[in-house]
Amino acid sequence: MNLGLGHLEATRMGTTLVASFLASLVECVEALTVVLAVGSVRGWRSALAGAAAALVLLAAIVAAIGPLLLRIPLHGLTRIPFPMVQLTAGTLILLFGLRWLRKAILRAAGLIAMHDEEAAFAKNASAIRNTDAVALPVATSLDKFAFTAAFNITMLEGLEVVFIVIAFGAGGATLLLPASLGAVAALLVVAGAGFALHRPLARVPENTLKFIAGVLLSAFGTFWVGEGMGIAWTGSDLAILWLIAAYLGVALCLVPLCGRRECSIAWRGDDALD
Amino acid sequence: MRWIKSIACEIYGLFVDDGSFAVAILVWLGLAVAVVPRAAAGARWAGPALFAGLAAILIESVLRFARGCRRSP
Repeated sequence: MNLGLGHLEATRMGTTLVASFLASLVECVEALTVVLAVGSVRGWRSALAGAAAALVLLAAIVAAIGPLLLRIPLHGLTRIPFPMVQLTAGTLILLFGLRWLRKAILRAAGLIAMHDEEAAFAKNASAIRNTDAVALPVATSLDKFAFTAAFNITMLEGLEVVFIVIAFGAGGATLLLPASLGAVAALLVVAGAGFALHRPLARVPENTLKFIAGVLLSAFGTFWVGEGMGIAWTGSDLAILWLIAAYLGVALCLVPLCGRRECSIAWRGDDALD
Repeated sequence: MRWIKSIACEIYGLFVDDGSFAVAILVWLGLAVAVVPRAAAGARWAGPALFAGLAAILIESVLRFARGCRRSP
């Protein structure tokens, strides 16, 4: 019996770690592309300082919010019932995950353009070169423009990663650690690759990652929402696995059903760079 | 202030890029919240039904987008 429960817990923690790693990897790659563009045009010192400052601020936010989250399900120190937490977190994960999955299906079907890190890098570098920003400062002083640009993108993508960690960790106190480890691992992998290559990670299969992460997020979201409603899942926690298989099956069937034709319909924002 | 606004837009964009898709998900979840607690305790159909509704919303949204592409020149 204990072995069975341990196996279930290991399955939940392992799935959470992998899902958090994949989802965070996508966000880290996008941030890296912009930081590289800023650094290559305006200089590395200020770009790296801006990115580092954002990471410190994000760590402070996580340090402030993390302990509060841990208290909600375990000790009842707040008046928020745990099912309400699961329902709210599950709804947000579902909106986030199904949006990713929908976009990944449309990209895989060829209906919208694939995300292209090289194109994103070139576009950002060109925009920075053509900006009305002040001329490059002397070598000894900090370039405010580069610092702010790198800080902003790291902060924005980092907040998305923080949300991903909170969303995956919302299922219980034991899940917050693997979710955090997955995100930190993604940051280290991307930062390491960025330092080594000094160029955008164009070979990262961004849409495949988004496809897989979308499936995982949708499955987790459905499970947490169901738990919050009091649904008795067949197979208990293992229901997450059949939900993953079911979402994957639906998504894989949808790709060929959509056909392969580039769409000219206007899409919100610059989607190929999103 | 502009920085806060861009963060707010970014966070909104995390959850919504097709309004009708997001609204359909919320409506389905709202219906489920209203119905499931009143259903028989431990009803085994509730989980698969919740998934089926969400999958149907995803399928409809993707196919609607694809149909729109075929109609456009």
